[in-house]
Amino acid sequence: MIPHLPLGQWVSDLIDWLLETVPWLFDAVAAVMQVLVDGLTDVLVSPPPVVWIVVFTVVALVLRGPWLALYTLLAFLLVVSLELWSETMQTLALVLVAAVVATAIGVPLGILAARRRAVSVAVRPVLDFMQTTPVFVYLIPAVFFFGVGVVPGVVATILFAIPPGVRLTELGIRQVDREVVEAARAFGARPGQVLREVQLPLALPSIMAGVNQVIMLALSMVVTAGLLGAAGLGAVVVRAVTQLDVASGFEGGLAVVLLAIFLDRLTGAFGQRTALSRLLHLRRQTERQQRPVGGAETGLVSPAG
Amino acid sequence: MLRVSGLTKVFGTREREALRLAGEGLGRDEIHRRTGSTLAVHDVSFSVERGELFVVMGLSGSGKSTLVRLLNRLIEPSAGTVEVEGRDLRALDDAALRTVRNEKISMVFQHFALLPHRTVRENAAYALKVRGAGAAEQRERADWALETVGLLDRAGARPDELSGGMRQRVGLARALAADSEVLLMDEPFSALDPLIRRDMQDLLERLQAELAKTIVFITHDLNEAMRLGDRILMLKDGRTVQLGTGPEIISAPADDYVADFTSDVDRTRVLTAGDLLREPRMTARLGDAPGTVLRALGAAEANGVLVLDGDGRLAGVARDDLLARAVQEGRPAIGPRDLVADHATIAADRPVVEFVHLVGRHVVPLAVVDAEGRLLGVVPRAAVLDALSAAPVRGRRP
Repeated sequence: MIPHLPLGQWVSDLIDWLLETVPWLFDAVAAVMQVLVDGLTDVLVSPPPVVWIVVFTVVALVLRGPWLALYTLLAFLLVVSLELWSETMQTLALVLVAAVVATAIGVPLGILAARRRAVSVAVRPVLDFMQTTPVFVYLIPAVFFFGVGVVPGVVATILFAIPPGVRLTELGIRQVDREVVEAARAFGARPGQVLREVQLPLALPSIMAGVNQVIMLALSMVVTAGLLGAAGLGAVVVRAVTQLDVASGFEGGLAVVLLAIFLDRLTGAFGQRTALSRLLHLRRQTERQQRPVGGAETGLVSPAG
Repeated sequence: MLRVSGLTKVFGTREREALRLAGEGLGRDEIHRRTGSTLAVHDVSFSVERGELFVVMGLSGSGKSTLVRLLNRLIEPSAGTVEVEGRDLRALDDAALRTVRNEKISMVFQHFALLPHRTVRENAAYALKVRGAGAAEQRERADWALETVGLLDRAGARPDELSGGMRQRVGLARALAADSEVLLMDEPFSALDPLIRRDMQDLLERLQAELAKTIVFITHDLNEAMRLGDRILMLKDGRTVQLGTGPEIISAPADDYVADFTSDVDRTRVLTAGDLLREPRMTARLGDAPGTVLRALGAAEANGVLVLDGDGRLAGVARDDLLARAVQEGRPAIGPRDLVADHATIAADRPVVEFVHLVGRHVVPLAVVDAEGRLLGVVPRAAVLDALSAAPVRGRRP
């Protein structure tokens, strides 16, 4: 007979041990998260909705162009008319904080994995584990460590959202043309210079696709976080589900979708050539054409001076 | 300038064992079968003089790309030494190695390897940026290099706006701007169209005539090797098969591998007047007696003879009919007015293709002269025909 392996008990014991040994760590993390989310929520909710709607629309216009701007305007006006503005902003604050932290952890980890084979090998199964674990499982340790409220929601969201940041950063750096990296080294660049000047810029589209995925995953986790008492659209949906309130469930869900499309289209633009960079590029080209072009260009010329 | 000795590279985990087997003379396949490691380069030695264009030639898989990367330690050698200006690169720590790469050895890549997000000028200035040069110096050096390769007017463009040939000019400019003595060129023109490749070879020849860099040039194209290389190292399965000048390799290929290559080579571009040079069967001097010279012509069954002045310079041709007239008129010595310009001259370093149309057009053979006009020798028509029709000397082939 195969003996029973008390794996679950071990994990439970580990969590207990952590709680007894380093409680200050969780307190500190909780405090920081609380401050970040509360602060950002205040900033987003305090002014009248029209202020942020204008800002979002302008940002959409600059980064993506008139169609997304139009969508942004209509989508957020709809949110206001559904009377879900402050819930949507609470959710946005939670998503942004979680996404920023997840990116801040995921991208450096991805860089490290791309540079050190051992890190890559070690990290990969952990990422597999993180991505395939059912989302609710994240909630259990989060609750143990941080109780209820917005903080465990944010922490669970961060953990859930990290993997694509790591994976796409590593992939992006690995896909950079080997010869270009070689060229930088051949001209004496330090490893840090190669990373900053060659690998990161050339991996940027992939890294930005990772950031986009991080944000989308964070948003998808928000409703789950609502179960823990995090305020926002998640709470609206959870309340609707528990009360079987189809109407407000639909409205809350719709607001999540509207926000998701806005964030996805906006951040999807990061890696590509945006309206803004097209504009800058055009200006550079005109400048170049206006500059006088001098000299016979094919002959051999001696070193100057 | 650049001295390479016993350079060896094994890819794989069982490096030591593979090295030992290679030392016992086992081939690459056998070593791979026994150890799972690949012997990429084995025991290659050569030295490149200052200002020499040294070609390493081999097919894909011959180890030539690995070899060139061992020279600046982009790939770490398994054994052997690489000395640049007497300094052993393998003894350098990382920082010192980076300095050498930045200041002493530049590299040009097969697929250009430009930074796509930087302008042409920024790419050309890369080595200077790495060494921390000021913006003004970066711009000055980059612009000089771009002007040298004829691309200054595109300095503000991005690499993806340029054609392949232009991109490789940027690659070349990046190497030149670094102002390093040694240039490593890893199949720099292989990715280009044949016409563009010809242009780039011309450009490199002109650059080399002016700048006299020490160049290690990798190629799989023997015509390119013959055209550009002062000397050529033939590489096969990571080992040196033959090392010599183009004409040496053409006229005496070391084995079938080399002979197969040379059979495709356009000999008229490789062999020079100097390679076909013969001692003239007879010459005359100003002041010789016309009658004596005429009799000698008769004995040699020739119709004319090259006449030299007192310094050995070519004065012209004495034709039999004019000599006969001088004898009739009783003149004692051949003077300038007895000569005609019924001949052609060529410098010793010119390839056959440039003078083949001159051969056999005159009563005297083609005269090979040095820069002062002194006669070095002659190229008779038969010598040209012989050289162009000769089958390469084959080693073991039946």
